[in-house]
Amino acid sequence: MTQKDPKLLIQPGPQLRQQMTTPVVMRDVWYALTPATLAGIWFFGLGAFLVLLACIAGAVLVEWYFAPEEKRGYFLGDGTAILTGWLLGLTLPPALPLWMAFLGGVVAVGIGKTIWGGMGANIFNPALVGRAFLLATFPIAMTTWTAPGDFFTIPSSLFALPLMTGVVDTVTQASPLGMMKFEHVDTPFIDLLFGNTSGSLGETSGLLLILGGLYLWWRRDLDWRIPVGILGTAIIFSLILFMVDADKYPGPIFTVFSGGMLLGAIFMATDPVTSPLTQKGTWIFAIGIGLLVVLIRVFGGFPEGMMYAILLMNAATPLIDMYTQPRVFGRELDQK
Amino acid sequence: MNLFRRLSNSFDHGVFPHHHKEQTEQLAIQRLPFGKRFVIPLGQHVGAPAKPIVQAGDAVKRGQMIAEPGGFVSVALHSPVTGRVTGVDPERYADGTFQEAIVIEADQYDAQQMEVHPIDWESLSIEAFISEVQKAGIVGLGGAAFPCHVKYAIPDGNKIRHLLINGAECEPYLTNDHRQMVEQTEALLYGAEIVRQKLGAEEIVIGVEKNKPDAIKALQDAIKPGQPVRVMPLEVKYPQGAEKMLIKSVFGVEVPAGKLPRDVEVAVNNVGTIIAIAEYFQTGKPLIERVVTVSGPGVSYPANLIVPLGTSIREVLDYAGGLTDETRQVVLGGPMMGDSIADLDAPMLKGSAGVLALTENETGRPPEYNCIRCGRCVEACPYFLNPARFARLAKARMFEEMAETYKVMDCVECGCCTYSCPSGIPIVQHIRTAKDHLRSMKGKVQ
Repeated sequence: MTQKDPKLLIQPGPQLRQQMTTPVVMRDVWYALTPATLAGIWFFGLGAFLVLLACIAGAVLVEWYFAPEEKRGYFLGDGTAILTGWLLGLTLPPALPLWMAFLGGVVAVGIGKTIWGGMGANIFNPALVGRAFLLATFPIAMTTWTAPGDFFTIPSSLFALPLMTGVVDTVTQASPLGMMKFEHVDTPFIDLLFGNTSGSLGETSGLLLILGGLYLWWRRDLDWRIPVGILGTAIIFSLILFMVDADKYPGPIFTVFSGGMLLGAIFMATDPVTSPLTQKGTWIFAIGIGLLVVLIRVFGGFPEGMMYAILLMNAATPLIDMYTQPRVFGRELDQK
Repeated sequence: MNLFRRLSNSFDHGVFPHHHKEQTEQLAIQRLPFGKRFVIPLGQHVGAPAKPIVQAGDAVKRGQMIAEPGGFVSVALHSPVTGRVTGVDPERYADGTFQEAIVIEADQYDAQQMEVHPIDWESLSIEAFISEVQKAGIVGLGGAAFPCHVKYAIPDGNKIRHLLINGAECEPYLTNDHRQMVEQTEALLYGAEIVRQKLGAEEIVIGVEKNKPDAIKALQDAIKPGQPVRVMPLEVKYPQGAEKMLIKSVFGVEVPAGKLPRDVEVAVNNVGTIIAIAEYFQTGKPLIERVVTVSGPGVSYPANLIVPLGTSIREVLDYAGGLTDETRQVVLGGPMMGDSIADLDAPMLKGSAGVLALTENETGRPPEYNCIRCGRCVEACPYFLNPARFARLAKARMFEEMAETYKVMDCVECGCCTYSCPSGIPIVQHIRTAKDHLRSMKGKVQ
C-alpha cells in the first residue's frame, strides 16, 4: 500500500507554542486603554480625541517612514507605534495645539524608539520621551490644563498654527496636583475616581485605569509586581509624610488617584522593553519609581513626577538587570 | 512562595501547555503486528555504539543478542524477531542521516514465540546485576535512551537511599507511561523492588502527575501494607519529568549543577524502564519492544502500541489509520523535546516514546518579532537561567560570555523558553548553536 506522503515539515523543537504573540499583547493593551480613553474624551470633548489622533498619526508616520520598504506591514503590524502614540496622547493636556501633539508623536517613535534600533532596543519609554520633549519645548502649553467641558466644543487652541502662540479660550483650571502643591486645595475623591477633574486626557479616571490594569493582569500581559510595587511604595511613603504633617503633605489616596500615577504605574512603567527582566529587578525598579515620584511631587519643583520617575528608573534598568541575575538551579546552594 | 511550592509538590517556574492526553489515555495497550523488515541502528543509545556479532545470512531468534556493548556506557542489541540478517549497512536514521544498522528480515510464518527463562536476581551480586541489565540492552525509555546500568554503578562513598520512579510523563500527548502504570502495575512494583534491593535503597517513590488519577489509584491499590513504596501525586506542569525537577518536586532538594542524582542519594528511573527490567528478570526477554503512543491531530486512530524495535515509523502510523491530509509534521518523541522526522521509513528506536502527527494548528509559526524583554522566558526557565539574554548574546556570537557569566551549559533544552516566547524567537535553537560552538572550541584547545 504505497501512499503519497504528505510534505513533512522539519523544524526544531519545541513543537508546541503558547498562543500569545507580541501583536496580541499589544492589542490587549489597546483594549485595556479603551475605557479610560473613552472617559477622557467624554469629559474633555471631541478636541481631546483630535489630540489623540494627532499623536498616533505622528507616531505611525515615523514608524512607516523608517521601516524598510518590504517590511512595512510587519513593522506596523505589531501595533506598537499606535500604542506609543496613544499612550503619549493620554498624557497630554486636552487642549494642546494639534501640531504639537503630532510633533510629540514623531519624537516619541523617532527619538524614543527608532534610533535605538527599533522595537525592543530602546532604553527609555518612547511615549514618555515624547512627553518629556514636549514639556521641555512647550512648557506653557503643556501645563495649561482645561476643566472638563462641553462634549462638542472644540477649543480653538487646537488649531493654533505651528510656532505661533495659541490663545486658550476654554476655562483653564489648575490640575488637582497643581492645586495641592501650590494652593493646598484638596480635590474630592469621587471626582478623582471617575475622572471629572482637569488634567491630561487619559489620566483622570482612576477607576477605569484600574479596570484596564485588571484586564491586562487577567490576560497575563502585565507584570503585577510593577503597579503593586509602585503604588505600594507611594502609599507607604506618602502615608509617612502625611502622618508627619497632614496639612502640608497630601494623603496616600490623593497621591494614588491624582495625576499620572495610575496611568504611569499600570501602562507606562510596565512597558516590558524598558523594565527589568528579572523578578527581583522588577521589584527594585517599581519601588524606585514609587519613591522617586513622591520625592519629586513633594520636594521637587514640579507638581507631577511620574514621567521623570519612570524615565530615571528606565535608565537604571540595564544596571538593575546586571545585578539581579537569578541564581542558577543547583548553583550557590550554600548561599541560598 | 517556597512554602507554597512545597505544599503543591512541585519545582519552581516551568510552563503549562495543554496536555492533549485525552486522545489516548483511556486506550488499552495493543500489540503492533510484526512487519517484514527490521532496522536496528547500532548507536541508538547515549554512549558508544554497540558492536555487531552477526553478519548477513545469519539466522537469528527473537530476543537473541545481535550486537554486544561497545564499552561501559553502551548496551547490547537484540533481534526483535525470528528471521535472517540481511546485512549490516548504513540505513536512514530518523533525523535524516545514515547510521550503521543491522537489518533483519522476519520469517514469514514463524509464530515469534519466545521461551521463558526467568533469571534468579536475588542471588546476583551488584556487579552481576549491572552486567545483566547491560546485557538486556535496557536504556532509559523516557526518551533520553541513557544506558540504565550506568546509573546503578554507584562509586564508593555514594549511597542510594531513594529509588525514584518517574511516572510524571509531562510531555503533552504521550500516554505510554500512563497506560503501563495502569495495566502493568504489578510488573512495575516488582521491577522497582528488584532495583531497590540491588541498590540497597530504603524506599521507592513513584512520582505521578495529578492528571493521571487512575494510575495513582491503581498503584496505591497494588501496594501491599508494609511495602516501602509511596506514590507522590505531582502538579501538572512541564518539565515535571525532567530528572532534576522531579527530585526537587519530590524531595525538595536541588541536585548541584554538574552533579548527578546519586549525589543527593537518589536514583531515578522511568516507569517503562523499570517494567522492562521486571520483564527481563521474570521471563528473560531483553529490550526488543517498547510501548509507544501514536497520537496527535494528524493520526486517524490514535493508540498506545507495543512496537517491536526496528519497525518503521510508517508501519506504526499505518496501523493507526495513516496520516490525515492535514498532517504537516511527524514528531518522534514528545512535542516539547522530540524531533521532526525527515523520513517515515526510519526505524523506531529504544528512545522513541511517541509518534505524533501534528497539523498546521500546532506547527504554524507566527513571524519572529524583536525581543520585547517581557521576561516570560525568565519566568518559565526551570533552571533559573536567562534565556532572553542567551538569545541576544547568541545573535551577537558572544558564546564565551554565555558560558561564563550566564552558565549556558546548565541548560537542558527543555524548551520552556521558546514555548513561552510571544515574539516567536527560537531561543533553544540559539542555545544549541552556542553549546555546539563552545564544545567545538573546547575540543580545539585540548
